[in-house]
Amino acid sequence: MPVSSFPERGRRSGRLSAGRVPWLLVLPALLGLGFLVLPLAGLLVRAPWSALGARLLSAGVRDALLLSLGTATAATAVSLLLGVPLAWLLARTGFPGRRVVRALVTVPLVLPPVVGGVALLLVLGRNGVLGRYLYEWTGYSLPFTTAAVVVAQVFVAMPFLVISVEGALRGVDRRYEEAAATLGATRWTVFRRVTLPMVAPGVLAGAVLCWSRALGEFGATIMFAGNFPGRTQTMPLAVYLEMQRSPEAAIVLSLVLLAVSVLVLVLLRDRWTGTP
Amino acid sequence: MRLSRLAAPLCVALAACACAPGTSEQDGRTLTVFAAASLTEVFGGLGERFEEEHPGVTVEFSFAGSSALAEQLVRGASADVFASADTATMDRVVDGVGVSLGPEVFARNTLQIAVPPDNPAGVGSLDDLAADGVAVVLCAEEVPCGAASRTVLEAAGVAVEPVSWEEDVKAALTRVRLGEADAALVYRTDVLSAGGGVLGVDFPESGEAVNDYAIGVVDGGPEPGLAAEWIALVASPEGEKVLTDAGFVLP
Amino acid sequence: MSSGGPGAAVLDAHLVVRRPGFGLDVRLRVALGQVLALLGPNGAGKSTALRALAGLVPLSEGHVLVDGADVTTAPAERRPVGMVFQDYLLFPHLSVVENVAFGPRCRGVPARRARRLALDLLAEAGLDGYAAARPGALSGGQQQRVALARALAVRPRLLLLDEPMAALDAHTRVSVRTQLRRRLAAFAGATVLVTHDPLDAMVLADRVLVLEGGAAVQEGSPAEVARRPRTGYVARLVGVNLYRGRASGTRVRLAASSGEGAVLTVAESVEGEVFAAFPPRAVALYRERPAGSPRNVWPLTVDGVEPFGDRVRVHLTGVLEVNADITAAALAELALSPGVRVWAGVKATEVECYPA
Repeated sequence: MPVSSFPERGRRSGRLSAGRVPWLLVLPALLGLGFLVLPLAGLLVRAPWSALGARLLSAGVRDALLLSLGTATAATAVSLLLGVPLAWLLARTGFPGRRVVRALVTVPLVLPPVVGGVALLLVLGRNGVLGRYLYEWTGYSLPFTTAAVVVAQVFVAMPFLVISVEGALRGVDRRYEEAAATLGATRWTVFRRVTLPMVAPGVLAGAVLCWSRALGEFGATIMFAGNFPGRTQTMPLAVYLEMQRSPEAAIVLSLVLLAVSVLVLVLLRDRWTGTP
Repeated sequence: MRLSRLAAPLCVALAACACAPGTSEQDGRTLTVFAAASLTEVFGGLGERFEEEHPGVTVEFSFAGSSALAEQLVRGASADVFASADTATMDRVVDGVGVSLGPEVFARNTLQIAVPPDNPAGVGSLDDLAADGVAVVLCAEEVPCGAASRTVLEAAGVAVEPVSWEEDVKAALTRVRLGEADAALVYRTDVLSAGGGVLGVDFPESGEAVNDYAIGVVDGGPEPGLAAEWIALVASPEGEKVLTDAGFVLP
Repeated sequence: MSSGGPGAAVLDAHLVVRRPGFGLDVRLRVALGQVLALLGPNGAGKSTALRALAGLVPLSEGHVLVDGADVTTAPAERRPVGMVFQDYLLFPHLSVVENVAFGPRCRGVPARRARRLALDLLAEAGLDGYAAARPGALSGGQQQRVALARALAVRPRLLLLDEPMAALDAHTRVSVRTQLRRRLAAFAGATVLVTHDPLDAMVLADRVLVLEGGAAVQEGSPAEVARRPRTGYVARLVGVNLYRGRASGTRVRLAASSGEGAVLTVAESVEGEVFAAFPPRAVALYRERPAGSPRNVWPLTVDGVEPFGDRVRVHLTGVLEVNADITAAALAELALSPGVRVWAGVKATEVECYPA
């Protein structure tokens, strides 16, 4: 018996190595995939498909969706404007305390967004450390405005962009910048025409991450900007509040958010980052 | 599942044996109280008092949203006392499980206008909430305090455009405490729990939306005797004082 | 020296760069139309010198004058300098013509004119058809020509080339080197070229400056440096047997470092401290002591044998170390292998002798 089993075992292991299926990796991978996809599938199963059309066309959904798309895009634009130079500073200059600054930049990544919202309120609120003067001098109060939504989203989403762009900047061969300098390019021209194009994939990946994070932002938004339909009630807020009154409506809103984010992510990744 | 089904009767049997020899012997008895979250402080204080008066008795609380507790009771959870923040929820338990000794309304909660201590917008009535430049926050209509706010505003014929619909009453209160809003409609008890952080402004229309807190002994609970004594404590002058101190109104 | 006129130095520099564990101190003068090669081993400071000229490395001391104008503290972008980098560093996100037009654009030339200029330069470099291509699609030799065109597009007075051949394979190196030579000959300015390949220096440069350990150890025409090396590094580089000693008449007694006690006979009489050098192919090997002509004959031991082009290089040790290049046929005839004792002979007329 043992003798006859040898050739068979040999044959089987030969076939296995030819197939090259590392089950130790595949099984947990499938498990992980299921874990991520199943809850979304649950949304689809429980969706009130018959009433879907009417709900989708309601002004409430449209307002929340437009507000979400608009503020997430604005937040991404602001993050690019402020975050790319910040990433450059972190990657390219050796100012003292740079490590501390980098740690500070990443804090919003680990901070619960609600805490971020509280912090924003304490600083930029009508009664806040800085907001107080803004209110005294101009009569303008940031909380409860659409601008406050953008501010909250920038706070939680910009670190994603900064981290991504800083990584890309560190990966760039700096001698290209030296080459540009010998050709007469000022530092600003070097940055604009050489550095930036070379880190473009990193910037775009960071912008996509940043936009996604802003679109899903809830905690800091509700804390800092409050909740008012059409002005500060973004999709996640609408989902949360509808859940207390009508779970069906909340599911519809969630589906819309899901569909839009998947669509945008697929389009962006295909077109710009070239990863399918 | 199977284990807990077996265990439950066993526990009841053991408790019965323990109390059988002498009625004065109260060692190891437990009174289970399910109560609305807004009663946390009031009942917590009364619980200590009860345990002092009944040596050997432990009072166990489960504080949560009234409807969540009612749901648990209907689905078979065991409790001696149920206190809900509104009568509708109590009715669900009356229908689903059965309640003896009650249900009885033991306290009421009404809305108040919460303003910052310096009341910068000079809010003195419900009408003032509709004035230009007054930043008002209301509870979202999806949550109970929002529904109540809507009722009183409609009754008063005041159209308020809030800066934000807050997700719950505590969030609305926080806006006022931080000075981000000039006024909010919240419960009297919430104003009191905020200490000196906010001021409460009464308004006559508050009677239009009254939350009646009801209490009763749940049928099938292991300690009906202790449950009755608990309700007596809540209804005693001492209980009433604790309730009014917390901002509740007596029926 | 004289200033003005055709012989005036376009570049006059004294480069001092001090860093922990490294120091560079070298003076450079390059006249109009001249190509100076900086030759030296890795870490000698060649690239640092070039980068200092370009303004990419600050000087600790010294000066850089181009056409008499002091640019010592000018930033890289304000120096009249064009530089070709070791692996060319063409911008991968720009087309070939955009790469070449980059410099003129940065220096304020309008887009259309810059493009025209770039296309002309590409045509001169024989790259007409590649204007729209990405640099990545070009061969190494083509990339080098683009890099040169890009550097020349800013009309520099000083052209800097950092190992322009290093990134090319041996096969294309020959033709590219020839083309580069033509382009450099046509360039109306001064050129400094960094290389560790003596052939580059011989073919491309008018003068060679040998850098070792951050200092100039020898300067002269390529032929001079090749014939009369002054350090072991250069001697090995150009493949010459080099010795140092004290001369008296036509006899040179070698110093301890070169072979204590050994004596070299040279053709012309000299006095004092000298270098003596002869090429490996001037060495003849014999199994028996030769009777006739060579004045210098030593019994030595074969240390190693390796192919060297179409010949064989034999390393010999004994009273002095000698490299000898012989034909494969001679190797077979002599039956040489490590450990074999042979006689090595060199004619006195083959020995180059010059003051140390």
